[in-house]
Amino acid sequence: MTSESITVVSRRNFLGGVFSAGALVLGASVLPLKSLGAPAADATWQPSVYLGLEPDGRVIIIAHRSEMGTGIRTSLPMIVAEELDADWARVKIEQAVGDAKYGSQDTDGSESIRDFYDPMREAGATARMMLESAAASKWGVPVSECHAKNHEVLHAKSDRKLGFGELAPLAAKQPVPKKEHLKFKSAAEYRYIGKNVPIADLDDILAGHAVFGMDARVPNMVYASVERPPVFGGKVKSYDDAEARKVRGVSKTLTIPPFKQPYGFQPLGGVAVIADNTWAAMQGRRKLKIDWDLGPNVSLDSAAYKKTLQDTARKACKVARNDGDVDAAFKKATKVHEAEYYVPHLAHASMEPPVAVAEFKNGKVEAWAPTQNPQAVQDTVAKALGIKPADVLCHVTLLGGGFGRKSKPDYVAEAAILSKQVGKPVKVVWSREDDVRFDFYHAVAAMYLKAATDEKGRPTAWLQRSVFPPIGSQDDVTAKYGTFELDMGWNDVPFDIPNFRAECGPADTHLRIGWMRSVANIPHAFAVQSFTDELAAAAGRDRVEYLLDILGKPRKIDLRAPADRKGPDPYMLDIARMRRVVEIAAEQSGWAKKKPGHGRALGIAVHRSFLTYVATVVEVEVDNGKLRIPRVDIALDTGKVIHPDRVRAQLEGASVFGTSIALMGEITAANGRVQQSNFNTYPVARLNEAPVETHVHIVPSSEPPAGVGEPGVPPMSPAICNAIFAATGKRIRDLPIKKQLA
Amino acid sequence: MIQLTVNGSTKQYDGDPAMPVLWYLRDLLELTGAKFGCGMGLCGACTIHVEGRAQRSCVTNMSDVAGKRITTIEGLSPKGDHPLQKAWRAVNVPQCGYCQGGQIMQAASLLTEKPKPTDQEIDDAMQGNICRCGTYQRIRQAVKMAAGVKA
Repeated sequence: MTSESITVVSRRNFLGGVFSAGALVLGASVLPLKSLGAPAADATWQPSVYLGLEPDGRVIIIAHRSEMGTGIRTSLPMIVAEELDADWARVKIEQAVGDAKYGSQDTDGSESIRDFYDPMREAGATARMMLESAAASKWGVPVSECHAKNHEVLHAKSDRKLGFGELAPLAAKQPVPKKEHLKFKSAAEYRYIGKNVPIADLDDILAGHAVFGMDARVPNMVYASVERPPVFGGKVKSYDDAEARKVRGVSKTLTIPPFKQPYGFQPLGGVAVIADNTWAAMQGRRKLKIDWDLGPNVSLDSAAYKKTLQDTARKACKVARNDGDVDAAFKKATKVHEAEYYVPHLAHASMEPPVAVAEFKNGKVEAWAPTQNPQAVQDTVAKALGIKPADVLCHVTLLGGGFGRKSKPDYVAEAAILSKQVGKPVKVVWSREDDVRFDFYHAVAAMYLKAATDEKGRPTAWLQRSVFPPIGSQDDVTAKYGTFELDMGWNDVPFDIPNFRAECGPADTHLRIGWMRSVANIPHAFAVQSFTDELAAAAGRDRVEYLLDILGKPRKIDLRAPADRKGPDPYMLDIARMRRVVEIAAEQSGWAKKKPGHGRALGIAVHRSFLTYVATVVEVEVDNGKLRIPRVDIALDTGKVIHPDRVRAQLEGASVFGTSIALMGEITAANGRVQQSNFNTYPVARLNEAPVETHVHIVPSSEPPAGVGEPGVPPMSPAICNAIFAATGKRIRDLPIKKQLA
Repeated sequence: MIQLTVNGSTKQYDGDPAMPVLWYLRDLLELTGAKFGCGMGLCGACTIHVEGRAQRSCVTNMSDVAGKRITTIEGLSPKGDHPLQKAWRAVNVPQCGYCQGGQIMQAASLLTEKPKPTDQEIDDAMQGNICRCGTYQRIRQAVKMAAGVKA
């Protein structure tokens, strides 16, 4: 995404109350991602990136993406401040409300830096050049002699300087430089980019003052706890709230209507208990007696469902990618390997369960929510109440984790629906049990892989089938096949194999499905990188040497469909970069020196997702069926890095998140009901179970920035399982590992 | 009527004695530093000090704290410069930050009991506090920094 034009916008069009009169406000117009590739004339131009300079010298930078722990509220403003040459101590970061004028605010897909790096630096450079030209006109000197430095513009010849604040009113009257005339700093001049600036909310977090969605409060607010249908698609037939209403603090009960297919981001429906505090609402809810119509999914049983998916994967499915002639190659083959892999449904389980405050008043809604996507809040709430999206004002709080769950604002719609009935602002608080039982689950996947190998164990033919309920079921009841999920580690397998076929099989959807941190890359990397390890083992070859061999010679692969191949693609799949991360991870982990023994061994996996190349080496110790992970080495090439410490933090976190997936994550259903409910039945890795040390090795790069939040997750589970195989000879093909080592 | 001390000031409560301290702090006192994460004492996000010892406020009833002295993350250090807060800052521990108040309160209780904890003691004390962002290795590092033990 690139910024196309920058204009001085009227204060009145801007966020009310943020800027004083006389503030210089810049808005970068950004082409929304959707319209890329469309004819320019059809593109909708929307303002997206904003910065303001106050006459008192403060620089206000609008954070329009959501902060859920990646550090994006710091990293994007750093880019603006860099090109502006602002003093970070005089930068104030304001969180944007949801508004289409910012372009996409949907904070997922590891996209914030790669989509907004250019608009941010253009906004900063534009403002700097206008300040320089204001100073030049004030002093009557050539603009080429005026240079911005640390919140001032300097004229070295006459030893004069003016602060940004003093210059702001005059700067606002300067012509806006054309994009092609913008001058950017060289990397050597950077003060912030590539340095470790403390995150904007650090002090508030450490003192307990940071405001998450759970902490939002508005005057006259009441609290709600909602009993939702125990089975997806169920409905309330009737209910008795006599006992619930006797609970001290409970004022009333209300219903939320069931959703209509396709389910989208709609609330599930149910009965809400309204009270004057959270606990009273939860207590009242326990006393509800509800007669449910359980609906069409009551027979869902995970064991039977798994078998159905596996049976589907054993037969020919829909072809998604087809190179060479796989069938002919299999006919000629002397050695054939087959394996099946399985990854269950998973829940996001962010530390902060879904929660929202909403007030319906005079036909409009004002909401305060920990959301990854305030524009989806506007749309979803508007649809639920029959009002216009523009009449929904969504304030974005800090998020106590998101991982994709908080892109889906069903919980905000619940609060708005209830507020309209109560006539007061309502805070809906999900319990942990609600969060685990009513998630938009990461899709279960059954995968079948088959390869023919030559005398060196190198694949001559490769067939893989993936079967999973698609995310497309959100918007289409008839959806049975994955679409974009196949671009996530399936159709883009980077190996140099002449005959290759990737297939996708159909699956029915019986639970809400949604994306979770790295999405379909999780099962796909698990299957492909485990199978690769199996082939290497069968050939008796070193895994690193084997991986490099089948990756093949350095080359660039254009993954775009032939029709889309217009102009250069800065993000071609680059095998040289992929090989390099494998080599670095191997070297840094001591791969060549550490030989397996005494239940201790290394495993490796490499995967590219969200345009970032990641190779992960995991060291495991298996003792009496107990697994310990003393060390993880992650090498990544993510292009240009803005904030190295936050990149490290994301990869350290991905190491733990991936460990939870490998070791313990599993959502199952029986009689349509999800069987897990809290951290006792849906455990996530704790301090004593997580990798002890994760070492992150960032490849220096001047390539365009790529994704960071997600790409560390996919290689973790195959690297762990490959290490377990090297240590014990036990091959794990079904996740989670749980008691399989016993 | 229950009387207690919260961050140094005396409070009186005459509501349901079975209400967990967490909701009293959050909804009635508007002290939101202790977080709701599980409601069952499984995740540690709600950790406070009762008489200086870490306790899960989501499973501690108001009747349990009658006459007791409670400290929340907001009251740990008036200027936010407790050695653990300084160490957390130096190591840039938080990602989303939601669990970190509970982590710090748990660690503060550990250091009160064991000023120079071993690796095993840190593991034992901190394993009840979940961080879904996965900041564990920095938590361990920060605890050691604050305690002045070798990382």
